[in-house]
Parts: sequence; structure tokens; C-alpha cells
Amino acid sequence: MTAMQIVFLVIGAATLLGGVMVVVSRNLIHAALWLILSLAGVAALFVLLEAGLLAVVQVAVYIGAIAILIIFAVMLTRRVMADSGPAANPNWWAAALAALMIFAGLVVVFMQLPALGAAQAAPLAGDPEVLVEDLGRALVDVDRYVVPFEVASVLLLAALIGAVVVARPPEAPLPEEEGR
Amino acid sequence: MIPLTWYLLLAAGLFCVGLYGVLARRNAVAILMGIELMLNAVNLNLVAFWRYITPTVIAGQVFAVIVFAVAASEAAVGLALIISIYRRRSTVVADEINMLKW
Amino acid sequence: MSDPFGQISQFLLDLLTGWGLEAGLAAFLLKLLGAAAMGMLALFSTFLFIWGERKLLARIQIRLGPNRAGPFGIFQTVADFAKLVTKELIVPSGADHFVFLLAPILVVMSAVAVWAVVPFAPRFIGTDINVAVLYIVAIGSIGILGIMLAGWSSNNKFALLGAFRAAAQLVSYEVPMVLTLLIPTMLAGSMGTVSIVEAQRQMPFLILAPIPALLFFISSLAENGRAPFDLLEAESEIATGFNVEYGGLMFGMFFVAEFLHAFTIGALTTTLFLGGWLGPGVDRYPILGVVYFFGKSLLVWFTIIWVRMSLPRIRIDQMLAFNWKLLTPLALAAVIVFAVADKLAPGGVLGRTLVLLAGNALLAVGTLAGLWVHARASRRAATPPVGSTPPMRVSPS
Repeated sequence: MTAMQIVFLVIGAATLLGGVMVVVSRNLIHAALWLILSLAGVAALFVLLEAGLLAVVQVAVYIGAIAILIIFAVMLTRRVMADSGPAANPNWWAAALAALMIFAGLVVVFMQLPALGAAQAAPLAGDPEVLVEDLGRALVDVDRYVVPFEVASVLLLAALIGAVVVARPPEAPLPEEEGR
Repeated sequence: MIPLTWYLLLAAGLFCVGLYGVLARRNAVAILMGIELMLNAVNLNLVAFWRYITPTVIAGQVFAVIVFAVAASEAAVGLALIISIYRRRSTVVADEINMLKW
Repeated sequence: MSDPFGQISQFLLDLLTGWGLEAGLAAFLLKLLGAAAMGMLALFSTFLFIWGERKLLARIQIRLGPNRAGPFGIFQTVADFAKLVTKELIVPSGADHFVFLLAPILVVMSAVAVWAVVPFAPRFIGTDINVAVLYIVAIGSIGILGIMLAGWSSNNKFALLGAFRAAAQLVSYEVPMVLTLLIPTMLAGSMGTVSIVEAQRQMPFLILAPIPALLFFISSLAENGRAPFDLLEAESEIATGFNVEYGGLMFGMFFVAEFLHAFTIGALTTTLFLGGWLGPGVDRYPILGVVYFFGKSLLVWFTIIWVRMSLPRIRIDQMLAFNWKLLTPLALAAVIVFAVADKLAPGGVLGRTLVLLAGNALLAVGTLAGLWVHARASRRAATPPVGSTPPMRVSPS
């Protein structure tokens, strides 16, 4: 049991604990905080996997934007501070059964594939600087991934405009000039 | 060294926990949090496979970056919808938003 | 004395392995020690920054400032913190206990963690990650999280209102800050702070990119919640906003985080635009790098306090309009202009400087022209035409 394995087990346990507490907590702000713990755990795992740029992007995008957005939505959609009603559906046992069965199926698949079990030693990768540059070039290279990159940017633009339009207050603004 | 299967098991576990959250929770924002857990599990899987199977090809990280963008836009639109529904119906419990049910 | 910090760390490593620890564990312990030392340095120097700020504010307002506790009032901050530490920590009833106590920790963490990537001198940096600029953005957003949680968990309407305004302001001004952070990255070709400082050997980026430097400065001021953007804690409006229920050491932590962030803005502006630790003679005597770095940072910090004392607070709608209608389009235009100009610029230092300065002048002229047209249009809309009654105004524009 090397030091790296202990570190991985600790971070993995924290991530899973955060995930379980997210889906179990009644108080939504607490659930959002446990989600932040899970997201931070995933960022730490990215660091272990030597994808440093993705780790920092995970913190900046997920924790710094999406988690704040979720907390904002929780604050705006509550009439009283306390939760009302049970946290889970009447069919929660079916959901738990489905999740367990899917997990069991995935475990069976992992244990049967020999190639994955053999990938114990980590193969070598390039220099971190070179990796980041390669990622940047790959995203704009005409022969590689510029089309998904552009489509993702159009998707983000559409989501931005759509979110602003959908979340607009219901009253129409009064017909006057906008202060040009 | 950490075997690849450990990462895959962790990602599978996180995915199933998120799946339980999506299927079992009543509050729409909590369902969205489950979706975020699932997307994170997918990202973890992608980067683990990139690192262990094809570390010289950058496609794994590119895929993960695109998943970041998709997750962000989906969270934004989903939360905008939830806020808009809350304004009209004063509830975010998924069972009570059932006007289209027959 | 050519590499003092390397020699100190080597000495400590030999000491620890001499006591019987294995090398990996000793290196790990040394890293922890270094991180703790950096954090302590940042937090204890906040005492001096708070004292200096209060003295400067006082002198600008033609009064003396603290002058009782010690010579020139140097121990005033120590006295203040002694008082804050001995106060009772009150958690309001109905408040979310855990979140209430977590929020100041997140805010202080965000203020201190930035110091890990700031280069003080050649080879004197916490950690030289090659994505340091993005790390700074990520850590800044954790501070926003802390402020929102503080406002929400206080079970107080004014605190919640303060938290919403804070979130609106901080999240909005992150956008021009991130966009202008792209420009030193483009000019240096790397996101690592050491590479950015090294790339300024011939010409500091302030001369190559004055408008992005100004944009970064303004949006950092807004990120910090400093005047003129201090409606986060506008005492006359919302009774100190998100930290109204906090007393004792928890308020002290918010206090420390705000004043430390002000100096951190100075440190970041120095690193990104003023050349960091560069100066005459710094390659032979690396310890001079620390002197140059702190001198430049103190200059920017003084400018921040000067701006604070000179400008009145702006309203929230003015602040949001300023960001989304002026700063963000200007930052986007700056990124485009710099990307094009940097590719078109000839190789030498003088040629590159002139081309980039021309790009800056283009941006400035464009912005001023746009502002002039907008001002003329709103003046025309405000004055009624001859012989008719003025339009009924239902809401201010």
C-alpha cells in the first residue's frame, strides 16, 4: 500500500461520501455544500491523474460557477428556510435497486476485461507544459477538434440567451425608451 | 501505483449515486445536483482512460473539456427553468409539476 | 548568498533525513512547512497593511489616524485583534450553525491561497504550476461562495440582501477580470506566473498593454469590494450587508480577508503587468527581487487606497451597467485586438511595443467615441423637443 494509494483512497472516500450526502440531505444548502466537497474531490483526482489544467478548470467552472448557480437557485426557490415534506419519492427503493444493479453490472464488466487489470503501471506522458499546449492546439486544429469546440461555444451562447429569456420576470417592461 | 480499475470503480460508484439522486429526490434542484454528480463521474472516467490507455493522444482531455462546457450550459438552462416554474407555480417539487400528465 | 532559500531548504532536508525520516516523507513535511510559513507571512503582514491603510486614509482626510497604541500607532491592529479574539462568538438563533462558521473560513482561504503562486524573487515562489493564472481565477470564485453562504446562513433579511448584491457584483466582475487575464497570458505565451515575469524582461506589460492593465485593476477593485464598489457593506444602506450577524473573530476573519485581498491585488498587478521581481541587479543578488516586488506592490496598493478615498460609492444598477455595457465589451475587444496585433507585430522590442500601443490607442479612441455617441443620444432623449410636454418618466434610466 504505497502513499499514493492511501491518498487515492482518502480522496475517493471523501468524494463518495460527498456524493451520498448530496442525495440524502434534506437541507438543500447542505446538499450543495456536500456537492462542492465531491467536486473538489474530483478535482484532486484530476491532479492525481496528472491533468492539472482540468483540475483547475474543474474548480473554476464547477465549484466557482455551477455550484454558486445551484446555491443561488436554492436561495431563490424557497418560501421558508426549512424543508417541507420528505426528501425522497415514494419510489426511492426502486431507484436504489436500479442504481445498485447498474453498479453491479459495471463491476462485472470491469472485472472481466483483462486489458484494464493489466494497466497497473502508469505509462509515461509528456511534459505538463507540452500537454497544455497540445490541448490548446487540438481544440483549434482544423484536422482535429475545432468542430466540437465551435459547436460547444454555440451551445454555450444558446444556453446563455435561453437562460436569460426563460428566467426573466413575468411582468413585461413598460413601453418606454431604454435610456439610450 | 494505482490500478485503472480503482478509478473506474470510483467513477461507477459516483455515477450510480448520482443516478439514485436523479430518480429518488423530489426537489428539482436536488435532481439537478444528481445530474452534476453523473457528469463528474463521466469526466473522471474519460480522464482516467486518457491517462492509462492513450496518454499521448489528447482526445480524452478534449472530450472532458467539452463535457465541462455542456454541463455548465445544462446547469444554467435547467436552473433558469426551475426558477421560472417556481415563479408561476410556487413549487419546485417535481411531483407537483404535473400539468402535462394525462 | 546566491540562492538563500534553496540552501535553507537543503539544510532542513538534510536535518530531517539525518533524524531518520525517509526522503519522500521529509520532502512532504518540508512542503507543508513552506505552505504554513507562506500563510503565516501573508496573515501577519496583514497587520501592517491594515495599520498602513488606516494611516493613509486618515492623512488623505486631514486627520491623524491611529497614534496611541505604540509609536505611530503601529500596534493598533494588534489591539483591535486582541479585542476581537476575546469577544464571544454569537451564532444567531435560526441560523445554519455549520454554514455560519464555514463561511469566514472559505473567504480567508480564498484570500491566502492566491499567495501560493505569486513569485517574490527568482526561485522564491510557493509552487510554480503552469496554470497559475487559471488557479487565481478558481480561488477567487471560492471567495464568492464564502460571502454568499455568510449572507444566507445569518437568518437575516439584510444579510441575505447583502449576499445577493455581493453575488451579483462579484460574479459579474469576474468576467472582465478573466478576459483581461488572457492578455498577459497571450503576451507571455504561458499561464505560469514565473514565465509571465520572465517574459517582461525587456518591456513590462504595463507599457505594452495599459488598457488591459486598467481593466484588470478596476475589475479587481470590484472583486475585492473596495470603494467605489463597496456597496457590499454599505453601512448606510444595508447595515454592513452579509457580515451583519458576525462578531468577534469571525468578523475579524472577514476583515483580514478584505485587507489582505487589497494587497494581493497589488501583488497580482505587479506580477502580471509591472514585471514582478525584475529590476536592476536582481540576477546577481536574488534577494533584491523581494525588495523590488514589495516596492511595486506597495505602489499599486497605495493607488488602491487613493482611489478608495477619492470616489463616492456607485449604485448597484450603475455598477451592473458599467460592467456589462462597458467593461465586458471593452475586455472582449481588447482580447481580439491583442490577439491580432501580437501576431502582426514585428520581432523586435521597439516594433512590438509600438504596434501594441497603437492597438491600445485604437481601443481607447473607440471606447471614447462610443461613450460620446451614447452620451449625446441620452442627452437628446432627455431634452424634450420644442413646444411639447416632456415624456412621463416611470423609472429612472
